Amino acid sequence: MSAVMITRKVRKWESSGKEHFLLRWTRNDGPQKGVFYLTLFLIVGTCLTVLSIRVSRPIAASTLFIWAMITKNVIGACPYLAIHLSPAIPVFAIVLFLFVMAMLLRTSFSDPGVLPRALPEEATFIEMEIEAANGNVPAGQRPPPRIRNVQINGQIVKLKYCYTCKIFRPPRASHCSICDNCVDRFDHHCPWVGNCVGKRNYRYFYLFTLSLSLLTIYIFTFDIVHVVLRSVDSGFVKTLQDTPGTYPFVLVCFFTLWSVVGLTGFHTYLISLNQTTNEDIKGSWSGKNRVQNPYSHKNILKNCCEVLCGPAYPSVLDRRGLMRDDLPITSSAAVPAIRSNPVPQTTKTTAPLIPNEHTPDDTKPSIADTTNPHAEKSSPSPKEEKQPTLYKALHSPSLQSTVWTYEKTCF
Amino acid sequence: MLEYWRNRWGGWNTSGETEFHNLQELRHSASLATKVFIQRDYSEGTVCRFQTKFPSELDSRIERTLLEDTVKTLNTYYAEAEKMGGQSYMEGCLACATAYIIFLCMETHYEKVLKKISGYIQEQNEKIYAPRGLLLTDPIERGMRVMEVSVFEDRGSSGSSLSSSATSGGSAQR
Repeated sequence: MSAVMITRKVRKWESSGKEHFLLRWTRNDGPQKGVFYLTLFLIVGTCLTVLSIRVSRPIAASTLFIWAMITKNVIGACPYLAIHLSPAIPVFAIVLFLFVMAMLLRTSFSDPGVLPRALPEEATFIEMEIEAANGNVPAGQRPPPRIRNVQINGQIVKLKYCYTCKIFRPPRASHCSICDNCVDRFDHHCPWVGNCVGKRNYRYFYLFTLSLSLLTIYIFTFDIVHVVLRSVDSGFVKTLQDTPGTYPFVLVCFFTLWSVVGLTGFHTYLISLNQTTNEDIKGSWSGKNRVQNPYSHKNILKNCCEVLCGPAYPSVLDRRGLMRDDLPITSSAAVPAIRSNPVPQTTKTTAPLIPNEHTPDDTKPSIADTTNPHAEKSSPSPKEEKQPTLYKALHSPSLQSTVWTYEKTCF
Repeated sequence: MLEYWRNRWGGWNTSGETEFHNLQELRHSASLATKVFIQRDYSEGTVCRFQTKFPSELDSRIERTLLEDTVKTLNTYYAEAEKMGGQSYMEGCLACATAYIIFLCMETHYEKVLKKISGYIQEQNEKIYAPRGLLLTDPIERGMRVMEVSVFEDRGSSGSSLSSSATSGGSAQR
């Protein structure tokens, strides 16, 4: 019998994330109509370009905001400062702006460290291990929550089971309900960037906030310098009349500055302690009950180096790959018997820690289930029953449930 | 350069296709019986390490030491890839200075080690595992969560050993 592996022409990715975003829009209604129309042109131009390639709206919103801020301030003050002070000033602003945009796009379009869902065999294997560990649960009683305890650097860390991805989440991983994926070293889901911030793109996110803070401070400072120099030349009142459009923007810049600089400061603090926003919010390593962060090197410089200059982790998503039917495991008789030896490095809980700890199954139906009505468990034919191991035709859609739900192109 | 781009944008298909080829050879006389999963070892933190504990299902199929050696070697490879040293810091700083554009032109240290790992697993499969009716899957294809060992049973004979035709199909086609 010739073995045929049918490659289904289906891409592995699908998007199921819900998008939430905040749209902040700043407008300048001053009498300097010329510059305003230029700004508007740039904004509309960016908008059309960006939206025409179906970029997510949060990125467009962030981009537009940065564009608006830059163009309004830089174009107004540029020539004056270039002539009176130095041409390096606007040049540096442009370089910094380009860096900000690069970091923003990198953060948005990077895979944050999505953990792919478990294949059916792996999910079954894990289920069996759980059942073996729980033993016989008397009827009517809730089974204990699915938690594994692991000791890391002298701390007991609980690994929770993800009912959506059917895996025990690695330490520091968390499931993002917006992206509907488990993300390694989950920090938070940033609506501005329209993406989760995780292991792979945290440094880009941090550099984005840092460079944006610097850019905002830089522009704010030079706007003030511009106004002061003009006032020295031609008097304060005349300056107010000449450049009325700048002031609302300066005000906006001032308030933006506090939020962006605040965010950068917060993340600098987290990096120095090697913590994630998620851990900080939950208070995982807050020091209660002598709980300490097992991932910290107890040295600020080492922590910073690890987070910012650590190795560039590869993406484990194969977005462009084709779905390929793997050889399915067939009957339950072939599945190995319950493992006799418990895994020594992990200790399983024997009693429920918190009643009803487990999360209910995701209400969103699996996309795969709806797309493939033929998914079924294969059953042994009478002739093959003699052998406990069976080989099934490869058109059995065993991989239907393993759909990556992440659509962005990854670096 | 073209090869680099193909590998970059084609994901991990190359090793997958190679395994597919090996699998085809095995399938002529064998059928997939079960899959055994070697889990991650988190005792040293979030670095990539696999448990060296020998799964009981493979007791009759392969010698303990062989599998343990393979897992230990893979662990050293992963440790080398994730090592925080001068080289990774230099790479990080250089990349930051160029706004990470340099990653479009060069392979990161991690990717180079992953290629080595892929080659090592393929070599181990050809020399050790395929003759015993087993197949190791590269952990990167399972999201670096587990190391999958596929166990094959010989369909024709009652014994569990594979016919020699399986070993002849080990030529790499990358």
